[in-house]
Amino acid sequence: MATYKLTTPISEEDIRKLRVNDVVYITGTIVTARDQAHKRALQFHEEGKRLPLNLEGLAVFHCGPIVKKEGDKWVIVAAGPTTSTRMDIFEDDFIKNFKTRIIIGKGGMGKRTTKAMQRYGAIYGAFTGGAAVLAAKAIKNVKAVEWFDLGMPEALWILEAEEFGPLTVAIDSHGNNLFEDIKQKTQGNLNAIYKKLGIEP
Amino acid sequence: MSLEKTIENVAVNLLRLAVTELPRDVKEALRNAYQEETSEAGKTQLKAILNNIELAEKTRTPMCQDTGTIIFYIKAGAEVGQLDKIENALFNATKRATTEVPLRPNAVDPIQQKNTGDNTGRNIPYINWEIVPGDIIEITVMPKGGGSENVCTMNMLVPGQGIKGLKKFVIDSVIKSGSKPCPPNILGVAFGGGADIAMKLAKNALLRSLNQPHKDPKIAQLEKELLDAVNQTGIGPMGLGGKFTVLGVNVDYAVRHPASFPAAVAFNCWAARRATAQVRPDGQIKYLTHELR
Repeated sequence: MATYKLTTPISEEDIRKLRVNDVVYITGTIVTARDQAHKRALQFHEEGKRLPLNLEGLAVFHCGPIVKKEGDKWVIVAAGPTTSTRMDIFEDDFIKNFKTRIIIGKGGMGKRTTKAMQRYGAIYGAFTGGAAVLAAKAIKNVKAVEWFDLGMPEALWILEAEEFGPLTVAIDSHGNNLFEDIKQKTQGNLNAIYKKLGIEP
Repeated sequence: MSLEKTIENVAVNLLRLAVTELPRDVKEALRNAYQEETSEAGKTQLKAILNNIELAEKTRTPMCQDTGTIIFYIKAGAEVGQLDKIENALFNATKRATTEVPLRPNAVDPIQQKNTGDNTGRNIPYINWEIVPGDIIEITVMPKGGGSENVCTMNMLVPGQGIKGLKKFVIDSVIKSGSKPCPPNILGVAFGGGADIAMKLAKNALLRSLNQPHKDPKIAQLEKELLDAVNQTGIGPMGLGGKFTVLGVNVDYAVRHPASFPAAVAFNCWAARRATAQVRPDGQIKYLTHELR
């Protein structure tokens, strides 16, 4: 297990160095995107329309933040991760089309995303669920908000972060998936637990 | 000040305390888990949780963006008058806390699919009533997170399998929930009574301090056995692997119908928020879980 501090835009070469269980802190641009933003981004790509910003080498954060306006400036109040599995149906095409290097969320993602990360060079960084104040503290500035018509949680919040983390590399670009490993291990532990409790499986 | 207004003010304080600061026993259990966790990934998660709760406490910000569904538990002294005023006071307190703390508006009308915007609506905040001897009103609030609520489960087990069937049901429920309920969790487990009674007792059990085993030694033993078993699954903090899948298991039961063995598992996330205060007839207020700052 190693700790890395990365600055966006992040190169494929840097991503390939990371392995599951490593810890990453990100400085630079992080963009929030949930279900609706993923859907629209892919639609834009299909129609040949440009996104509001170039996502290459950036980090996408599965998050619907609480944001307040102070004067004419947006301030992040709380920004914990949302469950990532909902984005599994979009993420492979998203990574392929936009060359996003880091996906941040909670709970892990499935086989489709793991394959795309291996093929195109991206990782999944797990941020602690519910640690909303810690996340907000690392966000120094709201650079812009796009697609606000999707609503506060679903909009693209373009954030300037300083040492955002800790992110545990849970899917690396070599086909490893920590959540899948743990799932298999827990299934393996089950029989021993049943036995100890005197339960028939 | 009227009783209604006093209750309203106390409930606003309780909501603020609950979402910004964990009760002492939960904080202690998280610190202990961090010390004893052996998985690196698990330790990283617990450290982040400890940093987060410290920051939330210091800045008086909600520790999690999901400030939950608001549930109240009232122990009303039988000698207290004006108990009919309490419901209104708690609804007003919830509305006020939503803007004053602030809380995330988490009450959605399921027919209109529209957020009511103030955390109140039909049957929410939900109020659990208990009449007790004396002249004190005890108010507890539990802001209950959605992620852990989504994996709560109940089942009608086969009576012939007895407690073994219950143990299997608890273990299987935890394995199935995986990383979803933001572990390390607190489990409320209950059996007997009926479908609704089992779940109600399981949820009530989440209010019991982690340092307080069940007073029946046989149930206390079951709590310990389940805790050890669940923590052998290896799910660990945030499902990234480790020793601490749960911080504690609180069990309760009711006698059962000969043909039925209802069982329920209620999950609470690591942000196991609760706050309690007592209102005395002379207007004196005593906060039991927190120090009022």
